[in-house]
Amino acid sequence: MMKPIATSRSATGIPTARLVTWWVIASEIFIFGGLLASYVMHRLAHPEWAAAAAHTNEWAGGFNTFVLLTSSLSAVLAHKAADSGDGPKAARFLRLTALGGVIFLTVKAFEWTHEIREGFVLASGGFWSFYYFVAGLHALHVLAGLIIMLFVAVDAAKNQELQRVECVGLYWHFVDIIWIFLFPLLYIAR
Amino acid sequence: MSSEAHVHHPNYVKVWAILVVLLILSAMGPMTGIRWLILFAAFGIALIKAYLVAKNFMHVSFEKRWITYLLITCLAFLAILFAGVAPDVMKHWGLHWVNDAARQAVASGMHLVSPKHE
Amino acid sequence: MSTQAHQAGAGFFRKYLWATDHKIIAMQYLFTGMIMAIIGGFMAYVFRMQLAFPSQHVPGYGVVSPGEYNSLVTMHGTIMIFWVAMPVLIAAFGNFLIPLMVGCDDMAFPRINRLSFQVFFLSAVVLLASFLVKGGAFGGAWTAYPPLSASGAYNLEPIGASMWLVAVALEFVAFLLGGINFVVTTLNGRAPGMKMYDIPIMVWMVVLASILFMFSVGPLIAGAVMLFFDQNLGTGFYNPTQGGDPLLWQHLFWFFGHPEVYVVLLPAMGIVAEVLSVFSRKKLFGYKTVLHTAWGVGVLSFVVWAHHQFVAGIDPRMANVFTITTLLISIPVAEMVFVYIATLYGGSIRLTTPMLWALAFIAEFMIGGVSGIFLGASASDIYFHDTYFLVAHFHYTFFPIAFIAVFAGLTYWYPKMFGRMLNETLGKIHFWGTIIAVNVIFIPLFITGAAGDQRRIYSYAQFSEQARPGLQDLRMTATFALLVFIAFQFVFLFNFLWSLRRGKRAEANPWLANTLEWTVPSPPPHGNFAELPTVYRGPYEYGSPGRELDYWPQNAPS
Repeated sequence: MMKPIATSRSATGIPTARLVTWWVIASEIFIFGGLLASYVMHRLAHPEWAAAAAHTNEWAGGFNTFVLLTSSLSAVLAHKAADSGDGPKAARFLRLTALGGVIFLTVKAFEWTHEIREGFVLASGGFWSFYYFVAGLHALHVLAGLIIMLFVAVDAAKNQELQRVECVGLYWHFVDIIWIFLFPLLYIAR
Repeated sequence: MSSEAHVHHPNYVKVWAILVVLLILSAMGPMTGIRWLILFAAFGIALIKAYLVAKNFMHVSFEKRWITYLLITCLAFLAILFAGVAPDVMKHWGLHWVNDAARQAVASGMHLVSPKHE
Repeated sequence: MSTQAHQAGAGFFRKYLWATDHKIIAMQYLFTGMIMAIIGGFMAYVFRMQLAFPSQHVPGYGVVSPGEYNSLVTMHGTIMIFWVAMPVLIAAFGNFLIPLMVGCDDMAFPRINRLSFQVFFLSAVVLLASFLVKGGAFGGAWTAYPPLSASGAYNLEPIGASMWLVAVALEFVAFLLGGINFVVTTLNGRAPGMKMYDIPIMVWMVVLASILFMFSVGPLIAGAVMLFFDQNLGTGFYNPTQGGDPLLWQHLFWFFGHPEVYVVLLPAMGIVAEVLSVFSRKKLFGYKTVLHTAWGVGVLSFVVWAHHQFVAGIDPRMANVFTITTLLISIPVAEMVFVYIATLYGGSIRLTTPMLWALAFIAEFMIGGVSGIFLGASASDIYFHDTYFLVAHFHYTFFPIAFIAVFAGLTYWYPKMFGRMLNETLGKIHFWGTIIAVNVIFIPLFITGAAGDQRRIYSYAQFSEQARPGLQDLRMTATFALLVFIAFQFVFLFNFLWSLRRGKRAEANPWLANTLEWTVPSPPPHGNFAELPTVYRGPYEYGSPGRELDYWPQNAPS
């Protein structure tokens, strides 16, 4: 369908696509923020959860942090390419970013399989309930992000809708930032 | 239509390298065994990393000013949420439902109201 | 315009059910909201009949069991707030008016708009379906406090409770999606020349409501998933024996719940601002005052939430804080009401049906606001909490918001939406019957509540100290008044439906108003403007000195 004129207008000076992305990011800040605030309050009230937290795999967590940081790099390089009008190059970087997301999820899958085999599941206790919920919610966002990224890459490769490259990149950086905080909260803090 | 605001692209690879170094530092924290240092390193470095990603990758400093205000407002309201809820949720343990700190506050207040009461 | 050509070949499905046109989506929300209002109203009828004639057969329903009573009360509240007030005030009026009032051809993201309605519709289906499952609909109050809401063994509606949660969560997602369009279209899609302070108050209020909603609902979405896990997966987020805390739910819920009431109040006040200005033929007294105090109300609304929890066992020191902030928030709201009254002063008042509703809003809402003072002070709230005094207070606020302001808006914008005029006589009959009846419902409840009647109780027969048969006359009066109220709504329904076909055809600007929606035909065509407008002034230039006409459209060059 044809886009209405409203989509291309920009009385604020910020293109509508980017404005929407910031709005979505703001709403996600509240969802994750509320969840993390709840977790922090419980964690501080329950020092005995440290015993459970000791079972998380900080190497997997650290490696995943590295993966997301690197995929953020490729995401912003995609944006730089799109900015200079090189759609196919942007698409390549986007696919690289999506690959980073796949690696992240794969590592997580192995990590969780191991933890479940050891008997730690969602209902295994307060710490684990929060752990699986927060990390799981984050993983869902990684999955959604990489799928959307692949769709944007299809258009970008044809030099179409290049403004979306930056927007999906913004979302991805946000997902990265969430993980930057999850890593110390779930893995380092004992 | 890409924005003209990002004519200035910082050296992204350099930023990435700094982020990786910070990651390694924060992961080395637990090896020292000093609790406050571990937490300080972990969360302090997390804040720095988040700031670097926001500034350099998300170009927040190049955006219109009010995007920054929007983000700060989000964090401010989350701080309000924490401040309002923590007196209750952080102070419970198990089935011990008495809020000792509050009970003391009430007792000292009662003392002011009518000294006979205790 | 190619958008018009695009629509020319569209069939019924494309045009009405799969629409991306903001006006059609607005109608979808409006009609869904109206149907849900009838359902929610029917529930009120049933449980008030139970209260007036305990354990008697209710015509059209049967005998009400205790569990059913709880479900009716729960679903009445849930439906009215989430499936009537929000979709009609924000999604219906917002969708219809914003592109027209800011001067563009549609919302910025029409397909996201369509998706938002589809998610909303799904949420309504899930909610209504919960009546049909084993155990029936959730009965743990619209506030859904755990442990009652977390355990099927306690609430006896395990499936219904989870479906309720899913429905509410879907509704939240729908409004997050909808908010995208309201905010971005207003900020970016404005006609050339429309500066921030030229935007009509109605539009600002929907934007502000969307912002408040988006800020407040996030933590509750997280909390709702946690409750769902507690219900179904054996976690203990809210279970003290498992290390959780029920108070956490209360805080997460009310952190959303309080801004939520302003989410619905602000668009209602926006409608009233538009109507008062047009029918006083006078400029809105303080546009910037209204706007800035509305922002102030929005910000303050985030620091008052625990006044809903004064007797829940929160830290008493926090109760002090929340009492002060709660009493403070009455100031900006009062300020807005004063500006509205000042707008009327010296105006050339036309007592049309929309104007009557707008005036009634001010009067009735003030009663609601003043009664809130007793509840916002923690000391007196210890007595009044969860009595019918509270029920009367929030109905004196919610009823003006969800019905009085909505009727003002519907009777005012009906010509633009449907191309026909409503019948004024029927409109006035509906108005007087409704207003008188509503006051006769709720004033008795102030009295019984102050006397100590507790809410959410199926029958006082088991509680000898509550029973107080002397008050039964007042309880019955409220119920009879509700029956009268319902009868008068048929007048409105008849007027609404009859005028669709038989009403006088409406011209573009029957009320001689300034805002841009009145410059296009009634109803507006797909694409809205044959030629996109340029704006030269603010929306409230009525009665400008030295001008022959007493109104001055925003897009008129001089």
